[in-house]
Amino acid sequence: MQDKKQLITIKGTREGLTLFIDELCSFNEAIKELHDKIIKNKPKKDDPIVSVRIKLGNRYLEDDQDKQLTEIINQANGFKIDSIESEVIRKEDALKWKEDSKIKAINRIVRSGQVLEVKGDLLLIGDVNPGGKVVSTGNIYIMGNLYGIAHAGVDGDRNACIVASYMKPTQLRIADYISRAPDYESDGVYMECGLVDEGQDKIIIDRLQVLSNKRKELSRFERRVQNG
Amino acid sequence: MGEAIVITSGKGGVGKTTTSANIGTALALMEKKVCLIDTDIGLRNLDVVMGLENRIIYDIVDVIEERCKLKQALIKDKRFDYLTLLPAAQTSDKTAVTTDGMKKIISELKQEYDYIIIDCPAGIEQGFQNAIAGADRAIVVTTPEKSSVRDADRIIGLIEKEDMKEPPRLIINRIRNHMMKSGDMIDIDDIVQLLSIDLIGVVIDDEEVIKASNKGEPVALHPNTKSSIAYRNIARRILGETVPLQSLEDEKGMFQKVKKFFGIRA
Repeated sequence: MQDKKQLITIKGTREGLTLFIDELCSFNEAIKELHDKIIKNKPKKDDPIVSVRIKLGNRYLEDDQDKQLTEIINQANGFKIDSIESEVIRKEDALKWKEDSKIKAINRIVRSGQVLEVKGDLLLIGDVNPGGKVVSTGNIYIMGNLYGIAHAGVDGDRNACIVASYMKPTQLRIADYISRAPDYESDGVYMECGLVDEGQDKIIIDRLQVLSNKRKELSRFERRVQNG
Repeated sequence: MGEAIVITSGKGGVGKTTTSANIGTALALMEKKVCLIDTDIGLRNLDVVMGLENRIIYDIVDVIEERCKLKQALIKDKRFDYLTLLPAAQTSDKTAVTTDGMKKIISELKQEYDYIIIDCPAGIEQGFQNAIAGADRAIVVTTPEKSSVRDADRIIGLIEKEDMKEPPRLIINRIRNHMMKSGDMIDIDDIVQLLSIDLIGVVIDDEEVIKASNKGEPVALHPNTKSSIAYRNIARRILGETVPLQSLEDEKGMFQKVKKFFGIRA
């Protein structure tokens, strides 16, 4: 009984506790041991709240298992879950992830009444005519004229940007922001980009060069990996 | 084996029927066997423009519902033998025609005729679907107005989804040169650039067109008007000839030519 390998290893760090859960044992066994350990080491009432990081190794948790684990930790006052980290993800999630971080190159004209929707970034080689619409979950790059509507970061990514060789859009939309063309007749602009300006809390159109300052993560391929 | 060409625009009133009648006439003048089909069921007027209204006995719905043979419904033009018309029905509505029915009629006509010109109704509903169903090629008509160009763009998008032999071609109708020069009308180049399809002809806004259509004879029959020449040029381009675009400038009088010669601004 005594020489049984420990399933849960607890390490104290400066940030709090790190829990290593053995990746080979059954989940129920681990939960049982965790339960015992938590009860044993329950912090006293006056102790400050300790944040806990859980490392799962090569174990994948189903949603209800995740919930179970969180419940046990939260049961004892004084613990706060900082993160639950696993080395593995599901194939499905991985594919979605890949999909979301890919640039899709499409060569066509988006005409009036047509909607082009993509996951991830869109590179459109062709025009978006008035009445046409392009939608992407990431950034939109248009090598052509943008006369219609472009909606970047449709799932809520406010850092998304819209770039076009020639910009005279009816509307620009980024996440939940919308801006429209002015009511007076105006000329379009060449080689510019639209992005959300945090300070002004609206979409602005600026020279392409500002992107290298304001959207540094653009050139990093795996930027959405960090964003989760 | 003939070829079926649909004349369409999306927006109403841009001159689909006039264009169909005139291209048909111009092709017939070049001794091609042409059949015009009016697919605007319930609002037919190709027969009026051609001046053949009083000759209608059977129409396209009669053919589809097998009340008569196709040959019985065809009307020979009163001016030349090369041109025939298959009129639309005035009493039924668009649901009386199906895409399969249209395809059958067109493939039957193709045995007989060199060109089948299909006059499409306005809109993008069933009538439009019927009209483009059997066509091999499409010609999109637009005027230099924003709304009409927008609808043309929509229509081109829809046609591109169909399996046609080649992308649609463009006619810009009702051009007023002085307005285009002053910038009050959209430029031809801008329209072509936006729609990005081949331009097959430009037709100026000409009073003669209205006069002729009220008389029931297509303007293409008159040899000397600008619009007539424009339609004949379009017909020649359909046949595969390369014809330069007509200049839009008005013919200058002798006095102005002399002035120009001496460098005085007209």
